[in-house]
Amino acid sequence: MSEDKEVKKRELLLPGDVIEEEDVKPGRGTFMKDKKIYASKLGVKTFRAGYVNVAAQSGRYDPKRGDKVIGTVTDVNSSIWMIDLNAPFPAVLHVNDVPWRVEFGDTASYIDVGDAVLVKISNVDELKKVQVTMDEEGLRKLNSGQIIEIAPSQVPRVIGRKGSMITMLKGYTGCRIFVGQNGRIWIDGDIQGQYLAVKAIKMIEEKAQALGLTNAVEEFLKKETGKDLDLEE
Amino acid sequence: MGMDKDMDLIDEDGLRLDGRKFDELREINIEAGILKRADGSAYLTWGKNKVMAAVYGPRELHPRHAQDPSKAVVQARYNMASFSVPDRKRPGPDRRSVEISKLMSEALEEIVFVEQFPRSAVDVFVEILEASAGTRCAAITAASVALADAGIPMSDMIASCASGKIDGHVVLDLGKNEDNFGEADVPVAIVPRTGKITLLQMDGNLTIEEYEEAMELAINACHEIYDIQREALKKRYSTSIDSYEDLEEV
Amino acid sequence: MKEIISKITKEYLYTLLREGKRIDDRGMDEHREINIETGWIGTAEGSARVKLGDTDVIVGIKMDIGEPFPDTPDKGVVITSAELIPLASPHYEAGPPREDATELARVVDRGIREGDVVNMSELCIEEGEKVWLIFIDMHVLDFDGNLFDACGIGAMAALMDTIVPGEEHEVGEDHPLPINHVVVPTTFSKIKDQMILDARLEEERIADGRLTVTTNEEGHLVAMQKGLSGIFDHEEVMECIHKSVDIGESIREYIRGLSEEKI
Repeated sequence: MSEDKEVKKRELLLPGDVIEEEDVKPGRGTFMKDKKIYASKLGVKTFRAGYVNVAAQSGRYDPKRGDKVIGTVTDVNSSIWMIDLNAPFPAVLHVNDVPWRVEFGDTASYIDVGDAVLVKISNVDELKKVQVTMDEEGLRKLNSGQIIEIAPSQVPRVIGRKGSMITMLKGYTGCRIFVGQNGRIWIDGDIQGQYLAVKAIKMIEEKAQALGLTNAVEEFLKKETGKDLDLEE
Repeated sequence: MGMDKDMDLIDEDGLRLDGRKFDELREINIEAGILKRADGSAYLTWGKNKVMAAVYGPRELHPRHAQDPSKAVVQARYNMASFSVPDRKRPGPDRRSVEISKLMSEALEEIVFVEQFPRSAVDVFVEILEASAGTRCAAITAASVALADAGIPMSDMIASCASGKIDGHVVLDLGKNEDNFGEADVPVAIVPRTGKITLLQMDGNLTIEEYEEAMELAINACHEIYDIQREALKKRYSTSIDSYEDLEEV
Repeated sequence: MKEIISKITKEYLYTLLREGKRIDDRGMDEHREINIETGWIGTAEGSARVKLGDTDVIVGIKMDIGEPFPDTPDKGVVITSAELIPLASPHYEAGPPREDATELARVVDRGIREGDVVNMSELCIEEGEKVWLIFIDMHVLDFDGNLFDACGIGAMAALMDTIVPGEEHEVGEDHPLPINHVVVPTTFSKIKDQMILDARLEEERIADGRLTVTTNEEGHLVAMQKGLSGIFDHEEVMECIHKSVDIGESIREYIRGLSEEKI
């Protein structure tokens, strides 16, 4: 049914384009004017829970509550750390939001400027002030490995459908990998594995061709590692 | 405007110096997303004009006292490279570029959903690398594409074009000599979806009827330019969105 | 504004270098792909756009007639400036050139001046009164490290593309700018104990020292500049010098090829 495929092919929406849909509410990346819904960002249309959204295809990271992100500490004082998330503003990590009891004035001995952290966004207020927390399982200071950056809009591609891409990357490179929603990716493992993972992620980012991207990356990893893994499970 | 005229700007066949008809634009090409460091960018050639636009932001606005707690500030900076004009221009802003930067900032602020980004700045930098009349229209046109490329939320883009009067005729998109020796110049920018005017200047001498004719020409051309802007963005993203299909639920 | 790089990423880059690897798979003495396009700007007397990987610069040459310096009444004048415009990097600010831009312009300028690139005597129109002024303006469009080489190569290529506008100024015919020598800068960055050629931004950000060596076609040194707080020993400098001669020659061939293409 090639005709069906044609219909399903995604259309790029540009700011100001009308979204012709019945019975949906305007969601993220849209605005309403004269009872019509318009795209406010360059992106593609998605639906969720009765809302139509425009998933941005470019742009900076826009912090959302609940996102797990990777940050770098840019400043420390007696009660907070300032964390750069590659967002418009630095986020605040308060001493009460870390899994240790920090003595007053002793913040820098726990986390210091230049340290990398895996944190969760706990709040974004009306003035877009962002608060993050580390007090939850899996969140922590990152002590080894490296961090690379991709465009936040590319995050879903690196994760892949149902996590297929990231599972493959981990399997072939033997690395621990975490993809932050802010486009920062933490990779840890032996140097060869890290090197390979970085190359594969660059490939995902650069190769715009979609169809067969997973296959292309798998071929590359097979060739480089000499392995042939069955990752279907 | 107003220079002594020592040449005919229209020939006996009713064509202009570069062979264009009265309502004909110079050739315009736009490429979106060509700079790596910027959040969004566009390179535009318009006749002999060469313009590069880059957008950074939304990002923290410095100095802090300039921050607006209710919205983002759109800061456009129009700058001419010293080699962009026949007589070398001293680097840095002059009165003309300061004025154009201000008008551009105001025009662009109208389409950006600034209230979504309190306290921040959306910086728009436009470099004129080669100038040949109509650079402010070229700058706004390129800046709009760069803003969309940067994923900035907007109600629409802005398209801009000038019309004017040469040898007693109202014509579209003045070229270099037409700008120097013509009788009037009317740069216009519109929000194409609504048709509203977001930038308007005029200098020279026009009757009210001629002004109306000039506006009609310019506005029609803006819609043509809007198509070129849209095509540039579609070209840039056409391949990357194909892959989106499978990934939506992630 | 200064970017903070995470400690772990820094460590990774160090480890990689210790194993003889660079982030983009290059050899230690390998520069990124260079692409030079001359004649790019119609309003300039000469121009070149240089892409060194993702670093992208435009150099434009403008010429005018003016007074010579009192101590060189029979020679033309070269004025070099660089603009690190905020379009090119989130860390550049608008306003007058800062230290970095001034150092960059001066290093390029020294290579051209001391390398005797332009035959300045031929640029004298009337001794003590009228000489040609050459303005070299370097504009950075996209910053991904190593502006010294990108701008130096761009300035050289742009000068070779330049036509002296004699007719416009009513001082004789238009003619190509008289070129004596072709000089090429090569810049090494020192990261811990490792020297690498043509650092890209990620590498430049963790570099301790920087050394630019500009050579001519005779293999002579015409300008050098050591930058940043890192220190070099004599052997390291000598190694850079020897490499600069070889690498400079290959880039020189490319630049020469461009002007031959035009003829």
